[in-house]
Amino acid sequence: MIQIFAFYLFASVVIASGAFTILARNPVHSVLWLILAFFNAAGLMVLIGAEFIAMLLVIVYVGAVAVLFLFVVMMLDIDFAELRGGFMKNLPLGLALAAVFLAELVFGIGAYRAGNIALGEHALNPARMGASNIQAVGELLYTRYIFLFESAGVVLLVAMVGAIVLTHRRRAGVRPQNIGSQVRRRPEDATRNTQPAVGQGVQL
Amino acid sequence: MIGIEHYLVVSSILFVMGVLGIFLNRKNVIIILMAIELILLAVNINLVAFSVFLGDMVGQVFAMFVLTVAAGEAAVGLAILVIYFRGRGTIAVDDINQMKG
Repeated sequence: MIQIFAFYLFASVVIASGAFTILARNPVHSVLWLILAFFNAAGLMVLIGAEFIAMLLVIVYVGAVAVLFLFVVMMLDIDFAELRGGFMKNLPLGLALAAVFLAELVFGIGAYRAGNIALGEHALNPARMGASNIQAVGELLYTRYIFLFESAGVVLLVAMVGAIVLTHRRRAGVRPQNIGSQVRRRPEDATRNTQPAVGQGVQL
Repeated sequence: MIGIEHYLVVSSILFVMGVLGIFLNRKNVIIILMAIELILLAVNINLVAFSVFLGDMVGQVFAMFVLTVAAGEAAVGLAILVIYFRGRGTIAVDDINQMKG
């Protein structure tokens, strides 16, 4: 019973927040709905015993991609009036949301442990899945798919370099520190001995 | 009893919603990128559901690669968005047809 309730909770919230993501007028609200959608999708995955992908979804999407979206939305001047608001004013709501998210994950794991989900039976069966989910993923990832795994790292590296090259702006008129020329500087280049005549100054 | 069909229905609804989002918000590139993320999320749900249903871990490994590509795509897409905004002062996509080169 609890599994069915958990599934319908996660599924309805993920679909509703997906709809609000594409319908919200304010892009910031869109990003927040997107975070909710990802979190509930992670709940759906926890429910069938794919914990590793679920945690990856929370860490990569909520932690990195959604924050990147939020950064860009706030960097471009879109509706800044609504972005203003006290931190302390939003703190209780934020804490409540965090508690709800955490409770959802705990609820998903609890429902998975309760069994009786047709999908999860394979995962529960130790003969078919090996030990825990993360162990099984790791055994595949670091043996059979090691080259794919490394090329995924290269994809991320290329994306990072590409993003930096695209957005990097060389400003004219600024004088950044040039460590090479600082190290190359010798005392003979920088100082000289003079012997000025009495009563005369030194020409600099 | 929750079976594979339930997951497939959720993932297909999410996928259609992402496609719909691209059509509805044709001016706002940020929303379009988010809709693409929704589509990739639907694909991931599908992959994981089938992986668990068939008892084959490869689906989850593949879902991880989809996740990697989605993260890279979001980074590069947002970088392009930022330089587009810097040059033009707007993010309306219908002006991009003036791109030369």
